Order: sequence, then C-alpha cells, then structure tokens
Amino acid sequence: MARAHDESSKNDPLQNLMEPIDTALAEWVLDAAKSQGATAAEVLMMSAESLAAGVRLGEVEKLKSSRERRLGIRVFRGQSSATAATAEIDRGALNDFVANTVKMAGLASPDPWSGLPDPAMHLHDLPELALADTDTGIISAERALEFARSGEKAALGADPRIKNSEGAEFESGRYRILFANSNGFNGEYEGSEFGLTVAPIAQDGDAMQQGFWYTANRRFSRLEDFEGVGKTAARRALRRLGARKVRTTRVPVVFDPDMAASLVRSIAGAASGPALYRGASFLINRIGAQVASPGVSIIDDGRILSGLGSKPFDGEGLATGRRHLIEKGTLRNYLLDCYSARKLKMQPTGNASRSVGQAPSVSSTNLYLEAGPYTPEQIIGSVKQGLYLTEMIGFGVNLVTGDYSRGAGGMWIEDGQLAYPVQEITIAGNLSEMFAGIEMIGNDFHWRSSVVSPTLKISEMTIAGV
Amino acid sequence: MANELAHPEKFFLSRFGMSDRAFERILGTALERKADYADLYFEYHSAESLGLEESMVNHTAKSVSHGVGVRVCAEDRTGYAYSDEVTIDRMRLAAETARAIADQSAPMPAIQVGTPAPRHALYEVETTPLEIPLEERARLLHEIDSVARAYDPRVKNVTASLAAERKIVMIVNSEGKLVADVQPLCRLNVSVIAEDGKGGRQMGSYGGGGRVEYKYFLDAERWREYAREAARQAIVNLEAGDAPAGEMVVVLAPGWPGILLHEAIGHGLEGDFNRKGVSAFSGRIGQKVASELCTVVDDGTIPLRRGSLNVDDEGTPTSRTVLIEKGILRGYLQDRMNARLMKMKPTGNGRRESFAHTPMPRMTNTFMLAGESTRDEIVKSVKHGLYAVSFGGGQVDITNGKFVFSASEAYLIEDGVVTHPVKGATLIGDGPDVLRRVTMVGNDLALDPGVGTCGKDGQSVPVGVGLPTIRVDGITVGGTRA
Repeated sequence: MARAHDESSKNDPLQNLMEPIDTALAEWVLDAAKSQGATAAEVLMMSAESLAAGVRLGEVEKLKSSRERRLGIRVFRGQSSATAATAEIDRGALNDFVANTVKMAGLASPDPWSGLPDPAMHLHDLPELALADTDTGIISAERALEFARSGEKAALGADPRIKNSEGAEFESGRYRILFANSNGFNGEYEGSEFGLTVAPIAQDGDAMQQGFWYTANRRFSRLEDFEGVGKTAARRALRRLGARKVRTTRVPVVFDPDMAASLVRSIAGAASGPALYRGASFLINRIGAQVASPGVSIIDDGRILSGLGSKPFDGEGLATGRRHLIEKGTLRNYLLDCYSARKLKMQPTGNASRSVGQAPSVSSTNLYLEAGPYTPEQIIGSVKQGLYLTEMIGFGVNLVTGDYSRGAGGMWIEDGQLAYPVQEITIAGNLSEMFAGIEMIGNDFHWRSSVVSPTLKISEMTIAGV
Repeated sequence: MANELAHPEKFFLSRFGMSDRAFERILGTALERKADYADLYFEYHSAESLGLEESMVNHTAKSVSHGVGVRVCAEDRTGYAYSDEVTIDRMRLAAETARAIADQSAPMPAIQVGTPAPRHALYEVETTPLEIPLEERARLLHEIDSVARAYDPRVKNVTASLAAERKIVMIVNSEGKLVADVQPLCRLNVSVIAEDGKGGRQMGSYGGGGRVEYKYFLDAERWREYAREAARQAIVNLEAGDAPAGEMVVVLAPGWPGILLHEAIGHGLEGDFNRKGVSAFSGRIGQKVASELCTVVDDGTIPLRRGSLNVDDEGTPTSRTVLIEKGILRGYLQDRMNARLMKMKPTGNGRRESFAHTPMPRMTNTFMLAGESTRDEIVKSVKHGLYAVSFGGGQVDITNGKFVFSASEAYLIEDGVVTHPVKGATLIGDGPDVLRRVTMVGNDLALDPGVGTCGKDGQSVPVGVGLPTIRVDGITVGGTRA
C-alpha cells in the first residue's frame, strides 16, 4: 500500500522550524523576581505553532492555523508561593507582571511542603529523545488536505452503507519548551506531533453509527497508512450497525486495546500524588500490596525515543525515568511531583507535569501495560457468553472508592465468537476487583498514544441493559 | 481599567492601537477571494484562582491572555487563523492564511465598519471577585473549611477553590458590524472527603456561581450552603449500598439533573450536526419526540447566569429558543454559518472557548418548563425505582443518540417512599426516546447552581441546565447489583 508519506516530503522546506526561545529573557525574569523580593522562582516559556486541515465528503471543510507564545512563573516568598501566566512578553509588561506575582505570593498561606526541588536532584545532561521530527516541519495546507482526503476517501469507499461522514482532519504542530529556576536549572526542548483522524458514518435504514480511528506520531514518516486508518474507521462504524441492548447480567468482559488503555489511565489517576495526599484514592497505603492479578505489570517510561509522552525532564526539572507502577500484580510506585512526595514522605518520581501559569501537577509520561501471551482471538475464544468492549462513554469512575460504572458498547460474544453488536448498556464493578480479575492479557501491543495496553479479559462485571 | 470597560469597544482600539480603517483593510484582505463572510474576534482574558487544601490557602494563580482570530467562511468551508500577538501585521498574515479556504479570486468588497450592533445587558456587575482583596477571598475559603469540617467528625479533608475571570471580547465582521462585551464569570467549589473509620471513604462536592459579583456568595450565606452540601453528600455516600442494575423507573430531582436534557436532547439539536445529517434528531422537526408534558428551551438571556451571554461569540444577541414544545420538536440551536446553510435564523448560539477556537453551535442555559405535579406526588407514585439527586458529568453519542449521565447521590424508592442511599451509577438512555417516557413533571423547576462546563470538539464553554422533578418510566441504571 502506498504510504502517504511520499518523496516530496523530503523536499518540504522546514518552513516552520521554531525560533529558539530567548534564554536571556528567562534569566532576566528570574533575576527580576529575586530583586522584587522572591526567595526562589521558576519560569516556563512555551511557543507553539500548528496547522490543521479538514475535509468532509471529499470537500475542503476547514483550515486552522495557530501561533502562540506564553510565559509562566511560580515565585516563592519563603514557603508561600503564587503562579501566573501572561502573553504580554515584553520586558516592560513583564516587570509589572513579576512584581504583582511576588506580591500575590506574600498573601498566600505558608505551606511547609512547598518549594523548589533540592538542587542536587536536577538533571545536568539532558537525554536526546528525538521528540521533534528533523525531516518534516509543519505540513502545508495543500498536503494536509490531500492526506485528510485520502483517509476519508478510503472510509467512504469501504462499503455502500458508509453514506455520510463527520470528516477527516490532518494536523501537524511543533512546540518549544524552556524551563529554568533560580537554583540554576535550565533546560529546553522541541517537539513535534502529526496526526490524522477519520470519522465516517454508517447508515442502515434509520439507524446511524459513527466510526472513529486515528494515527498519531512525533515523526511524520511513522504515521500509519492513511487509507488504512480510513478503512479501520469504516469497519468500526459498520460493525456497530444493528446494535441492541442485552439483558442485565454478570459476564466476562474483554476490553479492546483502547478501552484497556483507559483502565490503565484510571489506575494512574488513583496512583498520582495529589489524589493520594488528599485522601481521594483507593490506592492509599497500598505500596507493596497485591492490587492486580499476578500477570499485570504497568510501567511508566518517560524516555522512550520519540514517545508521545516522552520528555527529557519533568515539570520541575527532574529526570524522567522508567518505573513500575505495578509489577506482577504488586503496587510498586506512585506518580509523584516534589510537593506530593514531601507530603507522602517519599521521593519524587519525575512525573511533575506543567502547564504555563499553573503549579506543578502530576501525570504519567508513556504508560503501558506489558503484553501477555494471548492473541485477541484466543481471548475472545475463551468466552462463552460475554462482552467485547469497544466503546465507553461518560465519566462514571470514582477514584476515591474505585467504583466503576460507565456507558458501554461493543460486540456480544457467544461461544467464543463475536455474535452481534450491543449498545445502550453499562458495565459496572470496582477497579480493585477488576484489576484482580484480569484473567488474560493480549499480545497485541502497539504504541498508538502515550497510554497503551493490549487486549484484556476481566473475569466478571455487571452489565446493565433491559 | 474601569473606564475602558464602560466602552469595551474602545478597549482594543486603545490598547492595541487598532482603528476602524485597519479593521476594514484586514477584512478586505480576508475577503479577497470569493467568500461569504469574514470576522475578527478579539479577546482579552484575565483570570485568578485561589485554592485551599488541608486548611491552607496555598494555591494562587493568575493569568492574562489575549489574542485575535480571523475567520473566513465560504459556503460550508471555514478558514481560521489566530495569533496571540494583536498587531496589524499578524492580523493581515492571519487573514491571508484564513482566506486560503476560498478558491476563486473576487473583487475586493467595500467594507465599512462601524454599524453598532445590539446586545443585551444581562450582567452589568459593578465589580468582579478579581477586585476583592485576596485576603478577603482567602478568609472565605477558610470559613468554608471550618463549616465543612464542623458538619461531621467523619469529614477528613476539605478542598475549596474560588475562580474568577473576566473576558473582554470584540467582534468585527464584514457586514460592518462591531460589537464588544465584558463577560465576568466566577465559581466557588467545595469538595469533601469523609472516612468512616472502617476503611470506607467517600467524596462529596458542591458549588455555584455565575456572571455575578463576589457578594453573590455572601448573600443568604450561599457559601455556607455549598460547604454543608458537599459534606452532607460525602456522609450520605458513606452509608450507600450497591446500586441496582437494569431498566427501572427513575425520579430526577430538580436543578442540576437537567444535565439529562443537555445530553439527551441539547447536543443532538445543535445546527452543525443537523446540517450534516449526522444527529439522531436530523430531519425530525415537527415530530413528536417527547411526552406532551415536556417543553424544553435553551435561553441565553437569563440575567447573571453562567450560561448567559449578551451576545454570542459571533456578535449575535442570545435568545430563548424553544427546542421541544409539548412533546413536538420545534427548533435547532444555530450559529451564523449553519443557520445560513440551513436557511434558518441564527439563534445566538455561536460560541467558542477562546480566540484559539472557531465558533460552533453550543447550548447556553437548557431546561424544561415546570409542570403541575408536586415532588411528593411524583415520589409517591413509584412502587420501585431510583431517586437521583445529584450528578457528575454526562456524555452523548450524537449519531446513535445514546447518552449517559452519572449520579453521585441517589436513593432507592420503595412503595412510594425514598429509602436507602445507593452508590453512584451511570444512567444510559436513548436521546430521541427518553423524554417519551416522562410520565410526570413537577411544579418545582430549578436551575443548577452555576458550575456547568460543556465540552465539544475540544472546546469548553460555561453552560447552565435546569429541571423540575420528573418521573421517567424506564432508564437503564448501571449499578453492580444485577
């Protein structure tokens, strides 16, 4: 199959390679904070550009081009701190901005756990993680439209029942991050991202179903074949036609890889520092405990080359790394920034995430559940009566208790075969029981996003229907 | 600042050195090819938030952002470019980028900017919480902390936050219209964790706000109610048993449970989905989609409400749109482009998150009008069912019409009496079908307290919902007890 990445992209001028961020300005801001009375300070500068192009039913639908630059600071006066962000990046305006933020810090309560990381913990040699595509810059509108068209066309041509479409969109973007603090840390990196989404609609009589599929990568040449993405989207729409409700029951549930990844995300949410020290997690005080069936290992790795969740340093300038959250069913690590680590009397894990003008929060980097031995067919084949889960909607995940109740759709399994599509049902359980009940783990592992899992089978959940 | 805000249309002119002539030139550049319409959207956004946890007000954050977006519409195509540098050069570049959507050259139209456009006056507040001294706001959060902790010894942790923002926006379009608005918005939230000492742990949340002044939270001690409600919900949930699973009669309490309408009906009636024929409601105007007891409206003109706007983000004054009248589907929610393509009138529902986003049809305040039953009559009529009082978020699949919303406080109804609390559960139904099952509508319409945020296509906008007590004969409740 002809890959949409053709020879012409080699000649694509890197028209939008980003200007370096003004490092001197960052140092100037830190100095200004100190001279205004701050005892410590951090500065984060972000610049980003992107271009998105969309088609619908073969016709151009939208073009969107963006350009943003923002600067954020966090300043301390002793144990009190304040954060602020601005788009007014000239020294005159910044002087007032810094002064106001320092003043604001003086009004916050002193917090014994706040503060910059111990300088000894900073990283000095930043790893090269190939986060930015060195061959391809921002894709021009003409080519982006052509890629979106080829993805949508493949979907529309897949079956006569694909009669409508919510369109296809191709987007490329680049960003540059600079982070520095008054303890001497100073790091900078550039990243890129390319992606195609296709959303065809299948129709049969009055019934309509949407399908959605995507490919995303930091490197243009590693995107999946655009026509293949379109065909997968069409297949996903078509297999939902004729979906019905089933009777309320308790059965095994097979999570497809995207649905399984959402379970992994929930575990990471419950294992993240702020949820833990606020008492808002069912994983409090569970390090060393068996929290999943013995086959389950979940790893967070911030240093995968070109990984969508990779970064050379975290939101506080600490090294990212590779750590088990869960190793063979046992909870090994939480995801912590400095603040939550101090509160929990643990070590930070390099999982501070940052958006401009916000205090650090916590997030996973590249998070994955390790592949197991079974093919998806073997897993489905092991189920006599059950659900193959391919969609979930809603927010019914309670991380405080682990209670889980979400809208669901997929295929009903009868005697090991996918029998018919189902919808308007819910699946419910508790995350602790669900992870303990993981009976089979698939070998179908692919890096499609920053959180990934193979197919999983959970021994039993409640399905609510008619 | 105060003077500038009395005439927000002058704000951008003076702050960024703009003029009507500059707008005309840039809009002219935008329309240099064959296009129907172009507009400029200017935004200056200031926000401040304050957070308390573990009895310390240890989070303060402030942000200022500004930018301009240039949009060109040609038939059903949209070109959009934005920049956070508000300069003539950047805008011209954006106009050249955006117009690439139109493919034929056309004579440059003569544009004369300056036609004043009408707007409502729904939130002429004197001050916003941004002008209240930080110390005073911090003191309020501390009082909330004390009230929530005093509610019950099982309350173990309290977080509270006060977020305030002000958006100054200006829309200038190729019809020569220029309209500006100052949009205040604030929200006070309280979250409580309670522990029963036996390993059980639960959370409760409550809050409110709107396009209001700071004293709104002090009036009638609203803040105290927020703190108590959050604590009460956490404590109730400590006692909650497993939720039932399966289809059953559900009674929804007034107010925030109106999220049912937002998910089941509202999104499906947004003009873009219907123009494209991808909504489960496409082509159904005039059809019966609900019981005769149901009249549902979207109203962006209610003073001080979180979902209200003087003008939408395309400069159209907001309005009250009847979506369902006594069970019959009457109308869609429209922005300019979809209204034009569907040969309908814009309804003032063209909204966007910020200058970095293109407008699309969105809801404002969506609610069902009151009926005649009392709450007691409704509960008494149910032999076996669920009484759902508060909800978290919801979501809908526009195309097949299936929607969910998740209860965070619910009780069983047994023989006409509200009995035991049950754990939160997701409810799932079918949008075009669920309101046909409404068999009783209460006389107690309430709007939500003002905390709703709606996400669509990656854009978040503040919205409101409302509902009287209603009885629905059959929604699937996603509990664990099969």
